[in-house]
Amino acid sequence: MAFVLEVTRWFGDRANWRGETGLGNLVIEHLTVSAVALALAMVVALPLGLGLGHLGRGGVVAVNVANVGRAVPSFAVLVIALQLSSIGTTPTVVALVALAVPPMVTNCWVGMRQVDADVREAARGMGMTGRQLFRSVELPLALPVVMAGVRTAAVQVVATATLAALVGYGGLGELIVLGLRTGDDVEVFAGAATVAVLALVTEVGLGLAQRALTAEPLRHRAFPGAPGEAVPRPA
Amino acid sequence: MSGHGALIGELARQHVELTALAVALGLVISLPLAVAVHRLRPLTSPVLAATGTLYTIPSLALFALLVPWTGLSRTTALIGLTSYTLLILVRNTLAGLDGVPAEVRDAATGMGYGRLRRLLAVELPLAVPVIMAGVRIATVTTIGLVTVAALIGHGGLGQLILDGLNRDFRTPLVVGSALSVAMAAIADVALLGLQRRLTPWAGGE
Repeated sequence: MAFVLEVTRWFGDRANWRGETGLGNLVIEHLTVSAVALALAMVVALPLGLGLGHLGRGGVVAVNVANVGRAVPSFAVLVIALQLSSIGTTPTVVALVALAVPPMVTNCWVGMRQVDADVREAARGMGMTGRQLFRSVELPLALPVVMAGVRTAAVQVVATATLAALVGYGGLGELIVLGLRTGDDVEVFAGAATVAVLALVTEVGLGLAQRALTAEPLRHRAFPGAPGEAVPRPA
Repeated sequence: MSGHGALIGELARQHVELTALAVALGLVISLPLAVAVHRLRPLTSPVLAATGTLYTIPSLALFALLVPWTGLSRTTALIGLTSYTLLILVRNTLAGLDGVPAEVRDAATGMGYGRLRRLLAVELPLAVPVIMAGVRIATVTTIGLVTVAALIGHGGLGQLILDGLNRDFRTPLVVGSALSVAMAAIADVALLGLQRRLTPWAGGE
């Protein structure tokens, strides 16, 4: 109980919110690097996955890339990225992009391929071109699965960004790493709690976005989603 | 050189041990939980929400949240690792039980099987392929996550990655990462083999 009080006091102390290693700045750092990495990963993964799905090519790679990626520890990806570049932002962004791409590629492909062949044929029969088919039929039907991939990737990115403190980037992991080093349990706990909340907010927020972007009749999709969808992975 | 070999062996053993314990504990918790949810449908949402929440919390944060209570101990690592297996194991067990055809269930009842016997002798065995698919995902994921536990001193091969990071020295980093990936691949294949032996009728996946 005393510990909880101490943590509450920590959050109440304005000094802990200000400055370079203050909570405010760390949250901004954490969110910035996550957003940049996710955006870059989307630029790579969405066209690739959707394009391959539309053409029905590259399935073996697209479906398995997320599963194979799972075997590579995020921690290792981050440290290897650090070795290949300099300390700070670059390795963090590189590692986060590398982790975010696979689940999105997999889900884009799966989402496109789960579109009913009859529906596709009907669209063709109505005289739709490939581009029209993609934009008006396949994409709207694939969107829930695609968004699930984006959400999976985003949560993973926010989670892994915690480890970025180890390669000198900063972010909320800073409080955990510094706290562990100095044996300051209160600081460790405060940092961890903030990261946990951030990850949960990302998950719930993007879940709502996914729902909003899903066509009404598709909203009652059975848990756990489309077969072959990338399973989220904790980081 | 032999000193390095011994160290790597010891860390690999620690890695396997933590993973096996976490997945085993995860099964011990998840199986009854999934069976309960299977029986009492209203429990589905709360159970999946709770395990999903645990799953979403970043591992470093979860370990850190436990430190004030269980310290920099193996228990801390184990609680964290186990909690990440729950969502997948519960979800897959539930999907496996749901996948048992109604007529099979009826046939068992017709043959005079009670609820418990039907569960143990018919439903769970038929659910094994889906459960094992979950065990494979949970195992591969856990092997990756163990490396993060290096930060609380119980990271198996992750200890080598951390060492490589701290000393800015590539060799341990590469060795730790490569062995961890190899271990995940081997575990995945081994579990697939085990599944095939357990369920010869299911033909693999």
